[in-house]
Amino acid sequence: MAFCFMEGNEAVAWGAKAAGCRFFAGYPITPATTIYNTMLEILPPGGGICMQGEDEIASIGFCLGASMCGMKAMTATSGPGISLYSEQISFATGSEIPIVIVDVQRLGPSTGSATRGADGDIQFLRWGNSGGIPLIVLAPADVKDCYLLTFAAFNLAETCRCPVIVASNKEIGMTRENIDLSALALPEIVHRNTAPEDRPYLPFHTSGENGVPDFLPIGCHIPVRQTSSTHGPDGYITTDPEIIAATQRRLIAKVESAVEDFTCHEFMEAPQSETLILTYGVSSRSAKAAYHQLNRAGKPVSLLTLKRLWPAPENLIRSIAAPMRHIVVVEMNMGQYLREIERVLPNKRISFVGKMNGALITPDEIIEGVHRGRQLTE
Amino acid sequence: MADSLLNESRPPVFCPGCTHERIVAALDTTFQRMDIRGTEAVIVSDIGCSGLFDTFFNTHALHGLHGRALTCAAGIKMARPELHVIVTMGDGGLGIGGAHLLAACRRNLNLTLLILNNFNFGMTGGQFSATTPEDARVGSGFLNQLEKPLDVCRVAASAGAGYVYRCSAYCQNLSAILESAIRFDGFSVVDMWGICTGRYTRNNKLTPAAIDDSLARLPAAAGVVPENERPEYGFRYRQTAARLPPVTMPGGIPICCIPPASGRNEVMILGSAGQRVLTAGELLCLAGMSAGLHVTQKNDYNITVLRGPSISDLVLSDMPVDYTGTTRPSVIIAIAQEGVDRRKAIWGQLDDTALVLAAADIELPETKARVHRLDFKKMTIKPHDRALASLAVLAGHHQILSADMLNHAIEYRFHGMMRDSALALVHTAFDFYRNE
Ligand code: SF4
Repeated sequence: MAFCFMEGNEAVAWGAKAAGCRFFAGYPITPATTIYNTMLEILPPGGGICMQGEDEIASIGFCLGASMCGMKAMTATSGPGISLYSEQISFATGSEIPIVIVDVQRLGPSTGSATRGADGDIQFLRWGNSGGIPLIVLAPADVKDCYLLTFAAFNLAETCRCPVIVASNKEIGMTRENIDLSALALPEIVHRNTAPEDRPYLPFHTSGENGVPDFLPIGCHIPVRQTSSTHGPDGYITTDPEIIAATQRRLIAKVESAVEDFTCHEFMEAPQSETLILTYGVSSRSAKAAYHQLNRAGKPVSLLTLKRLWPAPENLIRSIAAPMRHIVVVEMNMGQYLREIERVLPNKRISFVGKMNGALITPDEIIEGVHRGRQLTE
Repeated sequence: MADSLLNESRPPVFCPGCTHERIVAALDTTFQRMDIRGTEAVIVSDIGCSGLFDTFFNTHALHGLHGRALTCAAGIKMARPELHVIVTMGDGGLGIGGAHLLAACRRNLNLTLLILNNFNFGMTGGQFSATTPEDARVGSGFLNQLEKPLDVCRVAASAGAGYVYRCSAYCQNLSAILESAIRFDGFSVVDMWGICTGRYTRNNKLTPAAIDDSLARLPAAAGVVPENERPEYGFRYRQTAARLPPVTMPGGIPICCIPPASGRNEVMILGSAGQRVLTAGELLCLAGMSAGLHVTQKNDYNITVLRGPSISDLVLSDMPVDYTGTTRPSVIIAIAQEGVDRRKAIWGQLDDTALVLAAADIELPETKARVHRLDFKKMTIKPHDRALASLAVLAGHHQILSADMLNHAIEYRFHGMMRDSALALVHTAFDFYRNE
């Protein structure tokens, strides 16, 4: 066994390559730039395409065009760029264009601090597109996750024909770790479902039960239509309320059902614990340290690290939280996913440990938060 | 001639007298003249009345976002170079997507941009656009009187477009112009002036003859721009990429040493830009990995690359590393005042188990840690070598790093002269430490 020394952003790039990504476009932005750098190194030699857009809007636009031609595409940015992506993300959700988007979050708001981390985009990633149609957001905690979750993101995007966002963080993307990528087992690569050639093609017609339309690429043997306008199965504008309503319902249902069997979390259970630390991303690493310290000190806590944030794994959260008296939500912002947990667990006592000052939440801060929360419950 | 590509079930729905309809017909004639089949072309349309274009044709189609048609078109052309990619856009899309137009001109992908220029936003109520004349009466009150209209042909030519044509949409040879634009192997722009009967001519007098008059007064833009002729972007991309050597996943560093320490050890290197702090951090991690340790490195520096503090936070552990921060460092390497000042809070928290290797010329805050001063001047170590020399001294202490580990890291990380000089430097510093 030999470890290589790699940062999260590089692992994202290699994970994308392993998943069959053939097209990348990005615009330089700290702390996401090294994804672009790595893609530029690894895609063109094998015939893949890597481009630098004139801005973030162009970069994601390139990707959507390439994806409509059947290429697996990815783009990567940080807060300021994800803001500019917003309209194209709505296009991709409403018009069912598979794409993987990496948001290496940095301290905001706005320009914020380019070289400081945060998880400040978590609600924006879910709701920051017009129309409010769900997409999938995965949250890596370390370099290994960057590799595996980026791979998974491609499979989900292909299965479900929707944008999948990898919500990384400067503290993961630009932190280097020892890792043996070749030792990691990858699932099978998934390709989007191709429409049968022997039938007339309707670009948004769904034949299968998963509610995902079969795909044909622009450039194939039948003219293929794509549109950002409200459309029926034929890809032409429609004003029929029933068709419109059915499509909206389908767009929601297909995403929710696609992630149902995609469990993606880590649960460290301590016997007799009444407190559950619930976290995601880089903060879960501090939480792990806190978990070990508390349990060693005879103060049992359990730890749930979510790696799929949206759609929220509600059933999982409810079942793991059921026996707990007290939930401590830990995240590197001023309380964003906290809102979701409060919604999913309306009858639980929930306390919060978070900060947004460019520094990691420390294990000590989490331990203190657990004590504070316990006192509240007692 | 090939068949018409017009979609019989979706005839144009423009206002009576709208010029767009003529352009639909001319484009169809062009497709027929060029014998282009519906599966060989894609119409990428923008938003607004011109955004309806794709629906009238039986071709591939992508109707995207306002001003962004050129972005998706670029992705399509790169993915499917064999397709004819026709982008339709109004003067509205031209304004909002200005950056994309400039970039498309510079990039020179083989796209054909048809600008359906009718001097106002038809669909939203006749507001002024980037091409509205100052004396026109449009739906934006007096605001258009304050802004100068854009000469898109001059802009495109100066931005590098290889083919720029300006014409009246009423001209007799429109489909021939479209054909030559499509045939041009590079980015081509056709600026077609027309009439929006639904909005613009309600308050402004504009006739085909008046358009001809205006055009006659402008510098001609009649196709190929000789100074911008060059090979097409996609062609050059593929040609260049094909020559690149294949890339493989980075290999690993073999485990061949024994670590002097167990447990978790945090190390901080506090330096300034130009002292190769991040490289030293990397070397320490590689050294740890050569002894089978788990390692993390995160760095802290200012946006300006060549100035300011440069700090590396490192963790070496015999267990996988969870928290990647440094709150209880076992070792601090302090080689520049800026770095020390940036991390003022840490010094009070150190106890005497912590080892500090500090340059002789910097001031340290009060600390209980053991401080080993390094007189780099006496050691004849240059400022940019301080970090690496400190690692050699750290190896001398043999607490968390051994000389063996450090040598392996250097052998792995550097090659040729770089390696030799790094090894020599480490040797000098190590000897100095021994003889101290
Ligand atoms: S509003 Fe103007 S551009 Fe639009 S269809 Fe009517 S005449 Fe044509």
